Amino acid sequence: MAIWKDMPTATVAKPDERAPARAAIRPGQGTSATADAPAAVELQRVSRLYGSFVALREITLKLAAGSSVVMLGENGAGKSTLLKVIAGLQSPSYGQVTVFGEEPRDQRGTVAYMSHATMLYDELTGMENLTYFAGLHGGSVPSGGSRRAHLRERAAHALTEVGLDPANTRRVGEYSQGMRQRASLARVLLSEPDLLLLDEPFSNLDVGSAHSMITRLLAYVAEPAQSGLARTLLLTTHQAELAQPLARSTLTLSGGRLVALLETGKAAASRTSAPMQTGAD
Amino acid sequence: MNYAQHVLTHLRKDLRLEWRTKDSINGMLFFALLVVVVLAMAFDPASFPSMTRQISGGLLWVALLFAAMTALNQSWARETNNSVLDAHRLSAAPASALFIGKALANFLFVTAVEVVLAPIFTVFYNLQPLGQTWKLLVILPLGTWALVVNGTFFAALSLRTRNRETLLPLVLLPITMPALLAMIQATTAVLTGEFEPTLWIKVLVAYVIIFTTACVLLFQTVLSAD
Amino acid sequence: MPKWAQGWLGLTVIVLTYGFYQAMAAPREATMGNLYRVFFYHLPHAILSFVFPYLNLAASLLYLFWRKRNVERAAAADAFALASAEVTVLYATIGLATGMLWGRAAWGIWWAWDARMTTYLLLWLLYVCYLLVRSFSSTGQTAMISAVLAIFAAIDVPICFMSIRWWRTQHPAAVFGGGANSGIDPSMAPAVLWNMAAWAMWGAFLVGMRYAIERRRQQASNAEALGILNDDAAMAVLTHSLKEVR
Repeated sequence: MAIWKDMPTATVAKPDERAPARAAIRPGQGTSATADAPAAVELQRVSRLYGSFVALREITLKLAAGSSVVMLGENGAGKSTLLKVIAGLQSPSYGQVTVFGEEPRDQRGTVAYMSHATMLYDELTGMENLTYFAGLHGGSVPSGGSRRAHLRERAAHALTEVGLDPANTRRVGEYSQGMRQRASLARVLLSEPDLLLLDEPFSNLDVGSAHSMITRLLAYVAEPAQSGLARTLLLTTHQAELAQPLARSTLTLSGGRLVALLETGKAAASRTSAPMQTGAD
Repeated sequence: MNYAQHVLTHLRKDLRLEWRTKDSINGMLFFALLVVVVLAMAFDPASFPSMTRQISGGLLWVALLFAAMTALNQSWARETNNSVLDAHRLSAAPASALFIGKALANFLFVTAVEVVLAPIFTVFYNLQPLGQTWKLLVILPLGTWALVVNGTFFAALSLRTRNRETLLPLVLLPITMPALLAMIQATTAVLTGEFEPTLWIKVLVAYVIIFTTACVLLFQTVLSAD
Repeated sequence: MPKWAQGWLGLTVIVLTYGFYQAMAAPREATMGNLYRVFFYHLPHAILSFVFPYLNLAASLLYLFWRKRNVERAAAADAFALASAEVTVLYATIGLATGMLWGRAAWGIWWAWDARMTTYLLLWLLYVCYLLVRSFSSTGQTAMISAVLAIFAAIDVPICFMSIRWWRTQHPAAVFGGGANSGIDPSMAPAVLWNMAAWAMWGAFLVGMRYAIERRRQQASNAEALGILNDDAAMAVLTHSLKEVR
């Protein structure tokens, strides 16, 4: 564990010290990416204000494609806002955000975002929800096959992978918290995004479920993305030790500032794609 | 995956959700029924058949307008409940398909209300149309779509505002005024048989085409806003 | 206020004064007597209140175009849209009020659902609703919401205009045959034209003033935000001075 060389300190936002406020997280040696790999996410002096409350304060950050980053920080540190800004759900008050070199909103479909809200319809079953979202994400339908059957197959596959039964006729609104979170993860992975943004994915999960979710995420990130680049993962959590296997880098926010950026070792060693208990990869 | 399939996917989802919850239709039906009853008390329609013919077109559309308003306010609540709207905003699927799908669903809901309400209205108001009644089959869907397409759009627009329930009628009523005028006039023409509804049907068609285009073109902007 | 704006204001006042003189000096009208002179104020306001909505539309379209490309220009376009909408409401209000005065004098009633008055009423309603929405919308999205609404309102204006004309010709109301429709006597033309020019200049001045004020407000809130962002002494001084200007 080594502190990054030109790591920005808590004084990042002081106007007279703007120049060195820039850091790059490079992927581990395990991936094909070189030092100047294309950036998956690049933020330049991004600030976000809600009225007079500063959620993000002059954040400059570059995540190379293939990085796997865990974001830490207490409540109100700006973690969720940062994820939303990167997803393009909120625009920064000041500064520039690019995702794979473009505006976040031009990258719809390649970015997936998971938050406390399930982003699923409570009145539909897990299978109905996932089939619906599979239909929206499109993708190629094998010629000859029925489109509807293909979508159902994809949805069933996504559900099985997170350990949910596609034949379950309970509606998502009646799911337990843990099941909802898994269904939510299935929705996120369904579109095969190149960039995964997860906001507190392990909260309300018991340790076993959290571990299987982590296993699934490790497997997912290990596969190459459609674009040929390595898949990128950025997640926030309170349970730092739990997310350890995913943390090739750790990023700490405090009071809307980027206060620490650590390379936490070569998680790549443990990145063997182990299937979840209930499903095969 | 083409555009029509996207629209169908959204439409099917909205219909299924409505089927499971029956939020919109039940509320709308009962509300429209109440408006019809209240207006009947205000005008005593059964005793004055010719006056009834004169004002029934207006009354019917006012009842439908208010009823539709209650459903339109709810129609985006489904999407905001679990922040599903955020998933739509990140999806690569065309945003306007989401809009068209929802507008079509709302159109079907309001049409269902009309199908139930029309006989009740005729009976309660002792209505004997003097014009060509079949023309109502053109006027009702056109008028309904004119209300619903703008209503769905402005309901989405007012998601980004404070007191959104108040805002929808404030915006929707002035914008749909020409369409309201046209549908009321056309309906009155059919009921009284005094003049031809053709001009007003043309106005409705023009209105529907212009505003559907505007809604489709601007929906992406509205959806992608913070 | 810059020098040229002061000059423009002075010129406007001169033209307004001359317009007033012309209106009062024009020959007495045969049937209505001196009361008809309100027409010289009604006509310019009514016509101009159909011009400002299109300035509003143009500014709103520019806002949507610049929104992602040039934040500064987009903010300017939004300020202009607000200014032109407010002046639209002001002019439509005066147009309606003078129209009612005219109606009272000419027809004996304050309000008649004739084609013109109804159209102005709808125009007035549309832009009052625009301003209401502006005040309702959450900060940050005001400009986008109102730009979209402005496009709808501007599309609606000609449709309203036409459909209300058809509506009223279908149920012709004989009482309202005369009015401004009967053409202008040549002896009244100078008064009409001078007042037209004067109120156009005054409208332009109001839009300009309102635009400048709104821009200043935008800059002040921007500076305030930056001040919160960098709690820096120099920034605080700048914010403070901008607040004083406001």
